[in-house]
Amino acid sequence: MTETVEHLRDFNYYKLNSDIKQVLAEYIWIDGTGEKMRSKTKVYRDPITKLQDLDWWTFDGSSTEQANTKWSEIYLKPVIYVKDPFRGNPHVLVLCETYLPDKKTPARYNFRSIANEIMEKAKDFKPWFGIEQEYFLLKRTGTTHIWPLGWPTGGFPYPQGRYYCSIGERNNFGRALAEAHLRACLNAGIKIAGINAEVAPSQWEFQIGIAEGIEIGDHLWLARYILERLGEEFGIDINYDPKPILGDWNGSGAHTNYSDIKTRGIGGYQYIINELMPLLQRTHQEVLKLYGSNNEQRLTGNHETSSYDTFSWGDGSRGGSIRVPVITKEQGAGYLEDRRPAANIDPYLVSAVIVDVALLNSTYVNQLKQLLVDSAKQL
Amino acid sequence: MTETIENLRDFNYYKLNTNKHVLVEYIWIDGTGERLRSKTKVYDTVIKSLEDIEWWTYDGSSTDQAITKFSEIYLKPVCMVRDPFRGDPHKFVLCETYKPDRKTPARFNFRWIAEKIMQEANECDPWFGIEQEYFMLKRTGTTHLWPLGWPIGGFPYPQGRYYCSIGERNNFGRALSEAHQRACLYAGLKLSGINSEVAPSQWEFQIGIAHGIEAGDHLWLARYILERLGEEFGIDINYDPKPIQGDWNGTGAHCNFSTNKTRENGGYEYIKEFILPLLEKNHQKMMLLYGLNNEARLTGKHETGQYNSFTWGDGSRGCSIRVPIITKELGKGYLEDRRPAANMDPYLVSSALVDATCLNAKNLINFIEQFAESLKQL
Repeated sequence: MTETVEHLRDFNYYKLNSDIKQVLAEYIWIDGTGEKMRSKTKVYRDPITKLQDLDWWTFDGSSTEQANTKWSEIYLKPVIYVKDPFRGNPHVLVLCETYLPDKKTPARYNFRSIANEIMEKAKDFKPWFGIEQEYFLLKRTGTTHIWPLGWPTGGFPYPQGRYYCSIGERNNFGRALAEAHLRACLNAGIKIAGINAEVAPSQWEFQIGIAEGIEIGDHLWLARYILERLGEEFGIDINYDPKPILGDWNGSGAHTNYSDIKTRGIGGYQYIINELMPLLQRTHQEVLKLYGSNNEQRLTGNHETSSYDTFSWGDGSRGGSIRVPVITKEQGAGYLEDRRPAANIDPYLVSAVIVDVALLNSTYVNQLKQLLVDSAKQL
Repeated sequence: MTETIENLRDFNYYKLNTNKHVLVEYIWIDGTGERLRSKTKVYDTVIKSLEDIEWWTYDGSSTDQAITKFSEIYLKPVCMVRDPFRGDPHKFVLCETYKPDRKTPARFNFRWIAEKIMQEANECDPWFGIEQEYFMLKRTGTTHLWPLGWPIGGFPYPQGRYYCSIGERNNFGRALSEAHQRACLYAGLKLSGINSEVAPSQWEFQIGIAHGIEAGDHLWLARYILERLGEEFGIDINYDPKPIQGDWNGTGAHCNFSTNKTRENGGYEYIKEFILPLLEKNHQKMMLLYGLNNEARLTGKHETGQYNSFTWGDGSRGCSIRVPIITKELGKGYLEDRRPAANMDPYLVSSALVDATCLNAKNLINFIEQFAESLKQL
């Protein structure tokens, strides 16, 4: 909401950095919606050189739908920190897990805790991930209504076909923000692998990867945090709704590319199609519940998606649940792309369930589903 | 679309250096044959040469180059230059597009033809200079475009005052044209000049002297940079051969051409006796490769030749081929093919010229077939 803040004297407060001896640590967590993030700043007197230098902290969980007023304290447990691209060195962004006052029970929507457990169990298989996070850029008209950047207000631009990887004034909306995001993430040390304009106008994608195990969730959430903060700077709202605009407009997904030592080893392609694919097919209905709320709106079978209710796959096909890239078939080994997850997923949940199905015999699936259900319950 | 995005606190994200990463922008021609697409790949290794850039894939079903079921299209890096937007060490990589077998070119990939032809005709040593014209348009609303500086939906003073003009009254958009020149030179492209053109808000840049395949590579990369700059300035770049009906010039891409035989002593006579008859013989065929909707532009007026007839003249701008006065004076040099439209594919045009004049036009029919194939619905 930077529009109403006027910088009347052009007071460049960011220049005051060099005089500050303290370190500003921005504690970041996932709130009680499971889709949005919150953060607050703690001033440290001494330099931060390792994770252990960052203390546990607490916040008012009743204001983020993670606790009730009577027992409102929620603990913040620092789990990973990176450079703060907004404030610069030596300041840091600190991603945290949330816990109930007993410091052991994860708070609502903390799925990292169980994901970590699962990744530990499967770590010898070295599961690798690459997630293609899609999102829409929206502009606010008035205080409540938002509509995609560049679209005529309340109306529609030319049909899709011209926007994917587009260039030029006519077809590309919002590159400055996507570029700023790329640089800010690289600067912070986040494993961002690329960006591109997407099929719908004002829709973009960035890719996080190759990340192993729990890293994928950490880096994706931090990248989302940076994106939303940049949105503030540009006056743009970031939207991860699986189907934000009804009609002949693409939805937003978070295709998850996956591999492990079995898929990457000799005979990997055969392993994928003969052993892994049946596992994915069998668990399809269960797993979809963890792939983002409202995903049914998006997985229609049109707009390069598969149908919500059916499991399908193909080499190089973008119309199925799973796409096995041509390069995997060519080399006889490699990775596959799960195209089912929606843009609003929790990457901890999705990466954990893929590992569970592929490597741990789906022993955790029910527990994960239950955790999601519990998180969604009224407090 | 820069109007609705405000960098409200002037957050200078370009100061965020990317440390040890190299951002490589993969660029390709899409399924319209006239527009370019691109996406970024982050490399964490030093990039010294083209060999350091890997093949990649993209969703061809979103660029009209494949169907959803078999959507993968390969990107083969073929030409690398510096990225003038991101600066060193970042790169632009122009790519050819291939179907999953990595051998069959995807729709509107004609570069492989040019490469083959240039190799076959290597001894002729063909040189090119292409004068790329374009209009600058401004968007009014989301669908309507009208030339920069013109009264919206209306017309300015008639032509005559705008060619190479200066001044507030007659020159529209110099900043973009100048930025383009500098960006292309920074990138290492063979841009040789710019000027404002006969129609108001119409400009031209020249690529040359380019040898063989360079003509296509450098022109496409220059077009990419121009369109990206258009984003920055909020200007739409238009290569339509006849964008505005009425007494307004169309937009061409005159192709200046020479071979070792035209450049050596007796070259002028060689042009008149061998080259021009060959071009006349193949006129109809070559016109098919010189840009869609070119008939709207080649009317015989506004300094064009007629679409259906082949004509030439020393120093004349009213015909198909102009032989520059300097070529006649020196007795050798180059000629100017004024037929190609602004929206042509330079790989096709350069190949056609070389094939007709050095290889006895034996491949022209093949080019026409390839082009027709690309035009077919998927």
